[in-house]
Amino acid sequence: MNIHLANAKSPVETEGKAHLGFVDCDIHPMFKSPTELQEFLPKRWREHAATVGRRSRGPFAATSSYPRISPGNGMRGNAWPSNGGPPGSDLELMRSQLLDLFEVRHGIMLPLGGGASDERNVDFGAALATAMNDWQATVWSDRESRLLGSVQISLENQNAAIGEIEKRAGDRRFAQVMIPPRSIEPLGRRRYLPILEACAANGFPIALHLGGVGGHPPTGTGWPSYYHEEHPSYVQTNEALTTSLVIEGVFERVPKLKAVLVEGGFAWLPALKWRLDKHFTRMRDEVPHLRRLPSEYIHDHIWVTTQPIEEPKRREDLLDILEWIGWDRVMFSTDYPHWDQDDPRYAFRTHIPDAQKRMIMRDNALAFYGLD
Amino acid sequence: MPAPLPGAIDCDLHIAVPQTRTLVPFLDEYWADHVRIRGVESQSYQMSSLPPRAPLSVRPDWQASDGALPGSHFGDLKSKVLDQFKLKFAVCNCIHGTQIMLSEDMSLAFCKATNDWLAKEWLDRDPRLRASIVVPAESPELAAEEIERVAIDRRFVQILMLAMGERPLGRRSYWPIYRAAEFHKLPIGIHAGSNYRHPPSSIGWPSYYLEDYVAQAQAFAAQLLSLVTEGVFVKFPELKIVMMESGVTWLPGTIWRADKTWRAVRFEVPWLHQAPGEVIRDHVRFTIQPFDAPSRREQLERLLEQLGSEDILLFSTDYPHWHFDGDDAVPDGLPDALVRKMLFDNPLMTYPRLSHTARDSLE
Amino acid sequence: MAKYVVALASQIPPGQCKIVSAAGREIGVYNIDNAFYALVNRCPHEGAAVCRGDIVGRPDSDMPGTYRLIQRGEMVRCPWHGWLFEIKTGQSWCDSATRARSIPVVVETGEALTRGLFQAETVPVTVEDRYIVLEF
Repeated sequence: MNIHLANAKSPVETEGKAHLGFVDCDIHPMFKSPTELQEFLPKRWREHAATVGRRSRGPFAATSSYPRISPGNGMRGNAWPSNGGPPGSDLELMRSQLLDLFEVRHGIMLPLGGGASDERNVDFGAALATAMNDWQATVWSDRESRLLGSVQISLENQNAAIGEIEKRAGDRRFAQVMIPPRSIEPLGRRRYLPILEACAANGFPIALHLGGVGGHPPTGTGWPSYYHEEHPSYVQTNEALTTSLVIEGVFERVPKLKAVLVEGGFAWLPALKWRLDKHFTRMRDEVPHLRRLPSEYIHDHIWVTTQPIEEPKRREDLLDILEWIGWDRVMFSTDYPHWDQDDPRYAFRTHIPDAQKRMIMRDNALAFYGLD
Repeated sequence: MPAPLPGAIDCDLHIAVPQTRTLVPFLDEYWADHVRIRGVESQSYQMSSLPPRAPLSVRPDWQASDGALPGSHFGDLKSKVLDQFKLKFAVCNCIHGTQIMLSEDMSLAFCKATNDWLAKEWLDRDPRLRASIVVPAESPELAAEEIERVAIDRRFVQILMLAMGERPLGRRSYWPIYRAAEFHKLPIGIHAGSNYRHPPSSIGWPSYYLEDYVAQAQAFAAQLLSLVTEGVFVKFPELKIVMMESGVTWLPGTIWRADKTWRAVRFEVPWLHQAPGEVIRDHVRFTIQPFDAPSRREQLERLLEQLGSEDILLFSTDYPHWHFDGDDAVPDGLPDALVRKMLFDNPLMTYPRLSHTARDSLE
Repeated sequence: MAKYVVALASQIPPGQCKIVSAAGREIGVYNIDNAFYALVNRCPHEGAAVCRGDIVGRPDSDMPGTYRLIQRGEMVRCPWHGWLFEIKTGQSWCDSATRARSIPVVVETGEALTRGLFQAETVPVTVEDRYIVLEF
């Protein structure tokens, strides 16, 4: 009776290795402190940041309209680094909780909170975008080559945005261009076309990750009261984005453009395809620039990530959805370190055949991003 | 549907107000004078969210014979729908821009006129016709007064609201409408359409009507989440909602996501003791045109399993809107038992006033 | 079925949780008003270390706009997805079909332990103290 307390065992039961070696299509690196980004700004904008500060189209200067369910604007409770700073700000913890734990092959970073895209002063926005990109490259990718960045742009500053895209083209540290889905106008409208053309011309897919403060309510019927509604409202935004890109004819004009919709789940996509096809057949005279069914553009140009994965009561229903979307169009993502992140071991609560699982966990993303 | 089944109940078809001046004789003296002086009577108040002559809005063979607004002739409605489909009842929705005017009082005056016009010019002409009460939805107190006034006429079987308004429909400011609705056993019928106080989506104003139309389904999803989240069915447990021209196939995915969010976030809305999917199956019904069905039969079968209820679908033609041709008002591939429930039983369960009338007429 | 002596009762004051190890499992032992309960430290939802979560109450309401906090100190909130579990039973408040695994707990005197057949693999026992014993 002389054995000592020891808590060395893993908290979760041992699983197989099928989940290892995936590509994580949604990781959020964070700033160690609110001022970390300012070190990457030129003096003129450092002063601006310290005085006027960032100004978006939302009501609160430094947080979102809907309080999240956990501290740090919705962080996973056990991802706070012991050395201070918020979840996602410490590479070593990210390695132990994600990159090394699951032998992640590549991790695609989608930094949030830099404010570049929503900044109403578009010159400041462009400076923030450049700073964010330098920060991703030097603080993250240079130290951990598995982590690839997403080029930040100021969507309303076209010249600067195109300049930034061209500047990062060919830099293997960047996988894609990140565009906020909630913009001033729907993304398919012509004002954004030159930026989308620049993305395609420079070999970047676009990532549409939930968020963005376009100034419009999150629904077509105004502002909901609760996070309980706002959290699923990003599904509706993804539907609107898909509709816009397809129906406005973006993929006719920019045939090489590929888009991935991140952090909106995916079970909504088949029904949207059916609805678009059905009403397109009635209204095709209004959109003569479309030469194919909406669902065909979607299949050729739009990918989705898994998180937050839908959890149907009958778990096997998920298989139907994946089949209807196409196994080659779905890519796994964790959303580390947010509260609603998915764990690769348990996210799919139904059995997925190995061949298909490999596609979702790894091969689709390798092909989409042109990675090894 | 091979042939219309006699005795079906059509839960969404449309009556058009031919011209604004049609309603003037039904306005009270003050408002009749007022709208004449301002020339309001000669303006068109067709809603831009439902352009009446767009292909989706009018089936080619359901055009009015003399070039009038589709849905504005009783004779057409009688021959092309009531008789053609051998309907037992048809619930008429009259959507007109005067219902979304910014002046609350002018809007109320027109809503009163519209309800009285519906009773006199339509309901009185055919015993099969039923109607939704039109209200100035953004003025809930006035809307409730109008419901009280009209509910006495039992041929009005529900209350009409639009899928996109100023605020999500669960917000407490709308509750006077639901209080009146529950008291009078009138479901709230939410129909596609917008008063455009906001863009039709969170990403702004699209270019094409097709995009707006597709976006209606997203607004319906938002309304579902709002009604459930705000606890409307906790406060008004007898209330029923009918989503009309909403599309149907988006529902399973929406429920899965809502249920998932609820499990984690329900502490924010602790009155919500049931998962959203259960609340929706208990309280919300959907008309079947458009259904937005998948292209393959086995997909439809799987989808019906995912819907998980035979009680939530209501037959509709959505006359004169164009979703199907000929008599194919029921999507191919639905099992017979479901079709029967959809055509007969579910509408009677949803609209208590239909049963009362049926019983009254038997007596 | 075996019994495991995992901690001194005095190591877990009321309102607190201690994570212990028995038979290769992590287990959270809770003291609620001087009664002890134990849950396997693995969330049945997505496998997180649920017992590392905050000990909280349960929000309740009969009507929109009214709020009260009940079962104070009787729920654990999973640090990942925020699901609430009743510490005494493991029952999830967020999914009626889900339960965290609850382990029976008894408190024994050291004197009793020295007489019985226990796998006290983790704690040295002395006669005069009280011990947390898990049985599973």
